[in-house]
Amino acid sequence: MQTHQAMQKNVQRLGMRLEGISGDDQAFINFENVSKWYGTGANRLHAVDNVSFEAKRGEFISVLGPSGCGKSTMVMLTSGLEKLTSGRITIAGQKIAKPYTDLGIVFQQDLLMDWRRVLGNVLVQPEFRGWKVTDYEQRARDLLQLVGLEKFADRYPHELSGGMRQRVSICRSLIHDPEVLLMDEPFGALDALTRDQLNLDLQRIWQENKKTVLFVTHSIAEAIFLGDRVFVMGPRPTKIVEDIKIDLPRPRKLDIRETPEFMAYVHQIMAIFLKMGILKS
Amino acid sequence: MTVGVQHVNDAQVPFSRFLWIVLEKSRSVLLVILTLVAWEAFVRFFDVPVFLLPAPSVIGQTFLNDWHVIALNLPPTMIEIVAGFILSLVIGVPLAIIIVYSPTAESFLYPPMVASQAIPKVAIAPLFIVWMGYGLAPKIWIAFLIAFFPIVIDTVVGLRSIHPGMLQLGRSMGGGSFKVFLKLRLPTALPNIFAGMKVAITLAVVGAITGEFVGSQSGLGYLMTSASGQMDTPLVFAVLVAISVIAMALFVVIELIERISIPWHSSSRTRGGGH
Repeated sequence: MQTHQAMQKNVQRLGMRLEGISGDDQAFINFENVSKWYGTGANRLHAVDNVSFEAKRGEFISVLGPSGCGKSTMVMLTSGLEKLTSGRITIAGQKIAKPYTDLGIVFQQDLLMDWRRVLGNVLVQPEFRGWKVTDYEQRARDLLQLVGLEKFADRYPHELSGGMRQRVSICRSLIHDPEVLLMDEPFGALDALTRDQLNLDLQRIWQENKKTVLFVTHSIAEAIFLGDRVFVMGPRPTKIVEDIKIDLPRPRKLDIRETPEFMAYVHQIMAIFLKMGILKS
Repeated sequence: MTVGVQHVNDAQVPFSRFLWIVLEKSRSVLLVILTLVAWEAFVRFFDVPVFLLPAPSVIGQTFLNDWHVIALNLPPTMIEIVAGFILSLVIGVPLAIIIVYSPTAESFLYPPMVASQAIPKVAIAPLFIVWMGYGLAPKIWIAFLIAFFPIVIDTVVGLRSIHPGMLQLGRSMGGGSFKVFLKLRLPTALPNIFAGMKVAITLAVVGAITGEFVGSQSGLGYLMTSASGQMDTPLVFAVLVAISVIAMALFVVIELIERISIPWHSSSRTRGGGH
């Protein structure tokens, strides 16, 4: 397959030596005592406090915490776009020191380029990377089909609803077949029904592509529904208060949220938030 | 519903609606016509001397009779306006880019820029004439001086309006700062740049005419001053009409270019339409 070959070449061009990298049970993303401070002097702001964790390749990790606690910062540190103050982050054994490009990012805002049509918005990734765009067109169309937008490829973003726009943004984050997907409250701005639908869609996409996902949310139900693990984060400076393994069968349907097993996780997390004083009874 | 009823509906309802739509769409035209009629009646009724206020009919007659004089003086003014405008675009946009990317440059450039706008253009126009003579050059620079300001201001606003996440996205895709600028920042700013251009083109008209008032041997501004010197008030009004038609036409041209180049932006969509 031409596209696949092209991607392999690109992987090499990126200097990512994927051969010889561990199997599934070894750490893929590794945080070692990571801290982040903003600013200097009296205005210094402590955002992330000594976070350590290991994520396996293909694992879906929900990062759950109150607004403004620094969980987004923590996740953005993975991209290398934000510099960490102390500690060490590695992805596939490679230390993150500059912007790491083998990842896809989905923000709370879809950040589509209004001046590009839907297809052009997805293809912006290979274009920016200087890859041959035509090699990726079929894959872009396949991804749009995966999220039910194949008929909208030639539309402008302003013609789309909020949920559709965010779907395009997810396609854009996957077009270059990255190993890592960072999602920073991607569904926070959507209505509840659209959000449910996108949770289902995301689960399906993830099961087909098996990216390693760091998914930031402040919805307890969303975190449990999507995650293999849920990191419950404390208030700023944030740290992982509890790392909960979610042992629910996949694919999960929406009604799983009414099962006693699911509710048990919800209660467990609520209890942690109550104890921290983030929730008050 | 029978075909007959349908037919009656087609014939009756649309007619009154048609009238209504015509009235609604032509409100501004209607206002102009009413004003002209009132003007004409006022001048005739009070027998106002023509050198004070000529009737619209007289102005129209002058416009037709003296058309060749107006046409003769049109090209220099057009050149001054367009050249001044293009100059303000060519200098204004890069200036805005420098201001956005360098706080040092901003602190140097902003105060003199604002000061340049505080000085009345009529006051410095004679200086430009002294420096550059009676040709086109001083008018072009006056037009530039007045037109570049909105372009710089709007471009700065546009370049700064980019979402910080968009910049992060650009860098995560491996884009260097030039690529991020060209493919993300500049397109984001385009709607603002066009807004600035629309203000600038009308100001360039003002600048060119101002320059011609102060000292020139041709152009519509020159024609106006010489006509008023000879108490030829109808010609003054005729030239005034010509100038405003030019200004409107140039504005429409910019709007057309805007529609073609940024069809995705709300300013290019039909007004009052959905979304």
